[in-house]
Amino acid sequence: MTKQKNMSVLVYTESEKGKFKKTALEVASYAKAVANQLGTTVTAISVNANDTAELGKYGVDKILNVSDSSLEAFNAKSYAAVIVQAAKQVDAKAVIVSSSADSKYLAPILAVNLDAGYASNVVEVPSTTSPFTVKRTAFTNKAFNLTTINTPIKIVGVSNNSFGLVEANGNASTEDFSPVLPNTEVNIESIDKASDKVTIADAEIVVSAGRGMKGPENWGMIEELAEVLGAATACSKPVSDLGWRPHAEHVGQTGKPVASNLYIAIGISGAIQHLAGINASKVKVVVNTDPEAPFFKAADYGVVGDAFEVVPQLIEKLKAFKASNT
Amino acid sequence: MKILVCISHVPDTTSKINFTDNDSKFDTNGVQFVINPNDEFGLTRAMWFKEKQGASVDVINVGGTDTEPTLRKALAIGADAAIRINTEAKDGYQVAKELAKVAKDGSYDLVIAGRESIDYNGAMVPGMLATLLDANFVTNCIKLEIEGTKATASREIDGGKETVTTSLPLVVGGQKGLVNESDLRIPNMRGIMMARKKPLTVLEPTTTINETTSVKFEKPEPKGNVKLVDADNLDELVSLLHNEAKVI
Repeated sequence: MTKQKNMSVLVYTESEKGKFKKTALEVASYAKAVANQLGTTVTAISVNANDTAELGKYGVDKILNVSDSSLEAFNAKSYAAVIVQAAKQVDAKAVIVSSSADSKYLAPILAVNLDAGYASNVVEVPSTTSPFTVKRTAFTNKAFNLTTINTPIKIVGVSNNSFGLVEANGNASTEDFSPVLPNTEVNIESIDKASDKVTIADAEIVVSAGRGMKGPENWGMIEELAEVLGAATACSKPVSDLGWRPHAEHVGQTGKPVASNLYIAIGISGAIQHLAGINASKVKVVVNTDPEAPFFKAADYGVVGDAFEVVPQLIEKLKAFKASNT
Repeated sequence: MKILVCISHVPDTTSKINFTDNDSKFDTNGVQFVINPNDEFGLTRAMWFKEKQGASVDVINVGGTDTEPTLRKALAIGADAAIRINTEAKDGYQVAKELAKVAKDGSYDLVIAGRESIDYNGAMVPGMLATLLDANFVTNCIKLEIEGTKATASREIDGGKETVTTSLPLVVGGQKGLVNESDLRIPNMRGIMMARKKPLTVLEPTTTINETTSVKFEKPEPKGNVKLVDADNLDELVSLLHNEAKVI
């Protein structure tokens, strides 16, 4: 492959334990679409990734891979420095990142260091590239905002699950990249994380439950439903306030935002603060005993019934469905 | 310790979201404005530092005179002084630049902003501000302790939490968890009376840069009615999710 001397679209592809996250493949797909609009190539910057060739399938032409044990744990300042140097190396005119907690942490640092305008929560490819105009969510998913980025370098934060994965027939070459790392004075003491579970940010399906479950001892069926669907588990605010579930599971305006393909709400009435946080999900299913629960107005599918009867049955039906579809 | 808390003036969560001027501006008609919830958690934690560790707490907002009641509310909750930068907030970078100047001139040790506002949801001001100030930075912060110039903070990460140690000067992107919701304060009459006498300084803006421009707003397509499935016929739900919604 010939060396690209001209500008490229740079995409930050996040990995965990050497493996690309699903959001990395999504932002790579998005970067390819932007590169097509601009008539250029896609370069990915990755940190300690193993199977970098995988990115070729999603339209990446070249990967700059950093192998450095001091970058094993995420550090916003160091990672931002890596991306800034990669952007300068490939003369990036657009830098694409995801909406993960880590990408949202580093993107504002990038923006200042690259003198680049940054639009977060973007849900579509640019409607025009001159001016560079993107559609993003605002008012906690109650509206969209069309924003133009006026600077020579543009940073786009892609909303999770908004673009999907788009396969392309490509081959990616990998180069080692050795940036200069800054001193950082934010030192990690401990990380407390369930490593075997799908995270809310990465999940295509989220199973969420509320006070209708009556107590933390009844969460077994919620976990089982999530397992059958390969889903992440989440909960409403009262449930996390009561300590029934960890705060990391709380979704809603003051909790984590959810933008899954399918959101299943069990025993959640649907307070406006809850709905604000989950509205970006594409398909919403509600199970509630109270047909007047506000969630029914926000949902696509609803079941009026007792969670303790509906959920076990639904698990059986889904198991049967999975068995007949594999 | 000198603390600066950044306060966004945002529509209350229950507000109807409408737009005017060819959908270019938010329609404030009949809308009640509040302290951005993520900022309120930070303000409340700052009050704790004031009461337990003798910190001073100033609050700041970038906005027009219409945002002053929100700053007065922060004073009524207990902040010592307020600053308003007299310009319309147009994008995150502009706001961060204005805040950075004040934070630098005032030699603040700790700046707390919400991780994001609930109107524009940019989630960019705290990180930009930290970078402009060359200060340490922790966002999605759910716990913050400070001893001397040393800070211990926890931040929410995808799937869990992380605890870090760092030092002042520090910029924090706060959220729920920084204090419990039950610790949030409703201003009492004495606080409201005192807030009237506290200083509210108006500064003129120093930057005109807009790296991004809001062109227009759109509302999502109205959603169709919910399809109800009988609790005894869950096969139909599975079928709808597979064949119609195509999500399983």
